[in-house]
Amino acid sequence: MARTLINIRNVSYRYHDVDVLKNIDLMVKEGEFWALIGPNGSGKSTLIKLLLGLLPVQKGEIEWFGEPIQQLKNRDQIGYVSQKSNAFNSSFPATVFEVVRSGLVSQKGLFSRFTKADEVKVHEALQLVQMDQFAGRSIGQLSGGQQQRAFIARALVSKPSILIMDEPTVGIDQQNVEKFYELLHRLNEQQGIAILLVTHEIDLVTSLASHVACLNQTMHFHGGQQQYEQLDDEQYSKWYGHPVRRVHQKEGAE
Amino acid sequence: MIEALLNYQFLQNAVWAGLIIGIIAPLLGLFIVVRRLALIADALSHVALAGIAGSLYLSQQVAFFATLNPIFLGIGTAVGGSLLIERLRKTYKDFEELAIPIILSAGIGFGAIFISLAKGFSTDLVGYLFGSVSAVGRVDLYVIIGIAIVVILFIGLFYKELFTLSFDSEYALVAGVKGRYLQPLFMIIVALVIGASMRIVGILLVSSLMTIPVAAAIQLAKSFKGALGLSILFGEIAVIVGLIAAFYLDIAPGGTIVVCSIFLLVCVLLWKKVNGMMRSREGY
Repeated sequence: MARTLINIRNVSYRYHDVDVLKNIDLMVKEGEFWALIGPNGSGKSTLIKLLLGLLPVQKGEIEWFGEPIQQLKNRDQIGYVSQKSNAFNSSFPATVFEVVRSGLVSQKGLFSRFTKADEVKVHEALQLVQMDQFAGRSIGQLSGGQQQRAFIARALVSKPSILIMDEPTVGIDQQNVEKFYELLHRLNEQQGIAILLVTHEIDLVTSLASHVACLNQTMHFHGGQQQYEQLDDEQYSKWYGHPVRRVHQKEGAE
Repeated sequence: MIEALLNYQFLQNAVWAGLIIGIIAPLLGLFIVVRRLALIADALSHVALAGIAGSLYLSQQVAFFATLNPIFLGIGTAVGGSLLIERLRKTYKDFEELAIPIILSAGIGFGAIFISLAKGFSTDLVGYLFGSVSAVGRVDLYVIIGIAIVVILFIGLFYKELFTLSFDSEYALVAGVKGRYLQPLFMIIVALVIGASMRIVGILLVSSLMTIPVAAAIQLAKSFKGALGLSILFGEIAVIVGLIAAFYLDIAPGGTIVVCSIFLLVCVLLWKKVNGMMRSREGY
């Protein structure tokens, strides 16, 4: 049976007396590909921050690998690519190799140094995202798509069980977005890495994801791809806040 | 100068102190610049001014302070200022940069009061403001060596955490880097380097040795390690040339060191410009 990676139970979050999240439940298991979708301000990024421990849990429970988040130790099992990753300071003097290697910081103890074995891990991660030839290049000189691949390599270098990505395609052109999703699909299918992806690109992602979670303060739907496909567009638009017509997998294929 | 260097201990002290500062100031400076904290060094140096001026004033009033090296009170106030900046950055979460003008103004304010109470600028104070070749005593040198050991140990032990925090602070927190503890420690180390550097470069110019060599280095370096190496190289060149110029011209070394740094920066920027033009002509 697949191991439970994330278990969110009845989580609520208030900010400045406003309910950002209400009674959220979600369970992510090994090898699953979840698309977390919802309109702007629906609480998607807040939920991700709570999951990563960047915000304190006010109400409810979050468990990682069966342990409460407050006791989370295996941080190297979580790969993270943030929305801001591609908004970093492009003049920062660092090579792709150095940036990817920094992904091992969660695995190394305090005061320990990087070793030759770590260098091998960095090259393996770069090969996974087809970026090994850019290892010596300055990170600021790469295109948006290449930078995002480098950040995925940073998230993968510690060989995580799950990749969490918060709108990672912001600022990337459409051609590279498609390549990016192909890469995610490959990582999920071939490497067995679970993925939790926050996105606005409903149709593109939900055709790849095995599970979909629809969030707008509360969790309106969470379940498998097939159940999601059967959702009514009208009902869907109601919680989304504006009319939405989804391109269903079969239509898209025609 | 070689003959004088062999004969005079004060000159040996100044050269050793300069060489050490030429390493530690740009070394820490790179982390300061990439984290966009350059103005914090300025704020802390002005807080150190309050400590130095306070110590010089108190030395006229209290016998204990007459025997105490002012560098200690300068370092003490800079460390206190660094912790206050951290506190204020947390208080004004959405306006973090506010902490800098508050602490900088407080430093100048207290400094001005102590200078007035001490009846104006003494030769000692001018030496602290702009640096001095002749004023570096053995105690100063030992303090500088002690601080250099602490700084190099700090950077060596926390290099990977500092790099990760500097490049992407949110990612660093997710990866388990203890920014809560590392950030105040980093600020204290910055205050210590300022305290160590003020004897040679002077309080008013100390932040320039932490930032100008780095500004030149990041124009050329592709990697972080490369930027560290180049920053130290430019820092050392500026200190050595600046000290020699200060000795022969009998002027404050702070000024000559900073002017040398600026000269190096201008050379690097010109070289980059010319190189860029040549490359575009060659059709790259």
